[in-house]
Amino acid sequence: MFAYYLDLALRSLKRNKVLTALMVLALALGIGASMTTLTLLRLLSGNPLPEKSSQLFYVQLDPYPKDHPFSRSDKLPWLLTYVDAMNLLHAHRAPRQAAVAMSRMKLTPTTTQKRPFFSDGVMTTADFFGMFEAPFQYGGGWSAADDETRAKVVVIAEALNNRLFGGANSVGRMLRINDQDFRIIGVLRHWSPQPHFYSLYLGGRNYGDGDAVFVPLTSARAAALDPINEFSYGDGNREVLETAPVIWLGFWAQLPDKSAASAYASFLTAYAQQQVELGRFQRPRSSLSTLMHWLDSQHVVPDNVRMQTGLAFSFLLICIVNTVGLLLAKCLRRSKEIGVRRALGASRPAIFAQFMVEAGLIGIAGGAFGLLFAEFGLWCIRRQPAEYASLAHLNLSMFACTFAVALIASLIAGILPAWRACVITPAPQLKSA
Amino acid sequence: MNLPPIIAALRKHKAGVVLIALQIALTLAIVCNAIFIIYSRVENVQRPTGMDESNLLLVEQQWVGAPSGDDAASIQKQDSMLREDLAALRAMPGVSSVTPINTIPLLNSTWGGAVALKPGTDLRGGDARTVFYYGDDQVLATLGVHLVAGRNFNAGDVTNKAFRDNSEPDVVIITKALADKLFPKGDALGKGIYLNGDTKPSTIIGEVERLQVSSNSSWVSAFTWNSTIGPVRLNSNFARYAIRTKPGQLDTVRRGVSNLLYRVNPMRVIDDEDGVRSFADIRAEAYRADVGMAVLMGVVCLILLAVTAAGIVGLTSFWVGQRHRQIGVRRALGARKIDILHYFQLENLLIAGVGAVIGIGLAIGLNLLLIQNFEMDRMPVVYVLSGLVVVMVLGQAAVFVPARRASNVPPVVATRSA
Repeated sequence: MFAYYLDLALRSLKRNKVLTALMVLALALGIGASMTTLTLLRLLSGNPLPEKSSQLFYVQLDPYPKDHPFSRSDKLPWLLTYVDAMNLLHAHRAPRQAAVAMSRMKLTPTTTQKRPFFSDGVMTTADFFGMFEAPFQYGGGWSAADDETRAKVVVIAEALNNRLFGGANSVGRMLRINDQDFRIIGVLRHWSPQPHFYSLYLGGRNYGDGDAVFVPLTSARAAALDPINEFSYGDGNREVLETAPVIWLGFWAQLPDKSAASAYASFLTAYAQQQVELGRFQRPRSSLSTLMHWLDSQHVVPDNVRMQTGLAFSFLLICIVNTVGLLLAKCLRRSKEIGVRRALGASRPAIFAQFMVEAGLIGIAGGAFGLLFAEFGLWCIRRQPAEYASLAHLNLSMFACTFAVALIASLIAGILPAWRACVITPAPQLKSA
Repeated sequence: MNLPPIIAALRKHKAGVVLIALQIALTLAIVCNAIFIIYSRVENVQRPTGMDESNLLLVEQQWVGAPSGDDAASIQKQDSMLREDLAALRAMPGVSSVTPINTIPLLNSTWGGAVALKPGTDLRGGDARTVFYYGDDQVLATLGVHLVAGRNFNAGDVTNKAFRDNSEPDVVIITKALADKLFPKGDALGKGIYLNGDTKPSTIIGEVERLQVSSNSSWVSAFTWNSTIGPVRLNSNFARYAIRTKPGQLDTVRRGVSNLLYRVNPMRVIDDEDGVRSFADIRAEAYRADVGMAVLMGVVCLILLAVTAAGIVGLTSFWVGQRHRQIGVRRALGARKIDILHYFQLENLLIAGVGAVIGIGLAIGLNLLLIQNFEMDRMPVVYVLSGLVVVMVLGQAAVFVPARRASNVPPVVATRSA
């Protein structure tokens, strides 16, 4: 039966080529636009560490004065002061914790006669690699003792290792950072979680390539490396960042389960209260958010991308309405044909099925062309200078999704015309003919 | 032409009528919001910074092996390296003036702060938010901003200080916008203002017509024109220089400037890609996302209108086909061609009108949704009205072809059996 409906549908579509092309094209444009933007949206709002994100928590405290303009917004400051970050770190209330800041680092190759160059670097503490599961190719990270002694050690990324040492095991070799020698103790395998959750508000990029250099926070500061972003909130000496009323560090804690998380949250509450008593804080506010919650609440996905996705889906909606209209007009024109089929014994469900097959066929054609449009759209995005450009590729699930959306859209579009077709009473149609 | 027969006929095609009306409503809602977004982006992109934007270069560089401390000796060493660069750049052929500068408009590297009329009031109690530019006595000439009151900086005003030193300059030049905000009576000149909660006043010695702040992101939108310029060379192990070239010399200077600086002192880093940029590049970079969004919205609107028009053509064509015989009867009974044409045009006007009324509601709803979820402003009525005109004209244009075909149906059709 299905083959027969298919044959009927093909004949009907062929009979009116312009109209068929119009329906397929409209649907394909709608599908292409929505799949392009949806692919991008999914990429940008993805989970950077799917296996571990539920255990990772971002810490916020409020050292700001009550009457600071920012405090009026009722949001918590995004970053911590050095004092608070170190207090939390040294309290050891979580199995793993890390303070993070980004810095533009000046790297001077010691092996080649190349000119010095700038690179995005991370200043952090020992647990960073274990906590975020950064994979090592050679060597390993540094220890908490290295943090304390300001050891001049560095972990570099695979890309930098390839650039400077031709991909060889460079552990033990030296790298000049900001005119000071650092010993390489580890080389990471390619690692760039998307989005770059740990550099949010620190001045790094939110998407794109991974960072090149990882240096212990204390050693980096001893080498006069400055964070890219610093937000000052009060009077007082700003020359020494470690004691200044400036927030510049992101702080992460790994908490294995719910009870550990609630224990840590109450520790933070007590800490904030204690700081109020000490006169450092004016309000005892703190927050502990999971990785994904933190990313969602901070709208990491660019507004433009979200708006484009909305636009694309409204576009698809209009295309569907359009297809419904055209299919409907078409089926009403075929009343006589339907009358004949009904008179010859076709049941209502059979007519309904026949028209749904026709709509589905349009959907599949629309999906195929839509896929081409989506690939074209993503190609356009890849040519944009945005930091997420290189990530824009259609993966297998989105590929399947395109066809599913196209088929569902066309079947929805087909329901009304098919229903109208199957309720046609055969007698009047036959009479007038 | 009276409406009752048209309405009676439309009752027979409820589904089709509803679909066209719905499509027109949705199209109207999306198109007028999209036009509003395009317009606000384009308006943003086109506003002038207040500088003479041609013939302007920005050089960013960092010294290698320079003292990085904040002690007096390091600062003086850094300052002498800075002045050495400035002298070399000013002597370069094709260069008309040079200033060291911390940031320039649209660079999105911002030195924000507050200005107060009373001492010791920090950001919290400040009277206005501002962005600071620091340069030397050539800063106005190099940026190409117009002094509208008071005097320019002279060599005696210029001081130097460490990058993080939070002492404030004795004299400043501010934008007219900031002056008017602080001193609504227009007597800002010669008055003292307190920068960033300082207890020592800085005297306003001049006002410039217009100078945009260094960021174009949404958080500065409340103080886009509140700039403060201080005559200070900031010393650290990196520096930015703004260079105004003689007309037509931009490319020559741009190509030669890195090598010149390397000759002065080879121990430095100038990024191959971003080290030397023209202001046109900086502007393009700052507004790239806005321009991209506007183009995308424009393209989607056009496709949307085309799809809607195609839908109207398609559906009306079928109606014409369906009513072939009725049209013939009307013609035989004395209706002129123009009557048939008007019939279909009026019918479309009616449907599009109903769709447009619904669409206005949807458009306003969509605008409210955008305000809630994105940083958007309320859409002025003129956009809704222009959207209305666009969809009505579109409907009439789309219906014309099938309506003309209908009007060409000969009266003799009435005599044939269907």
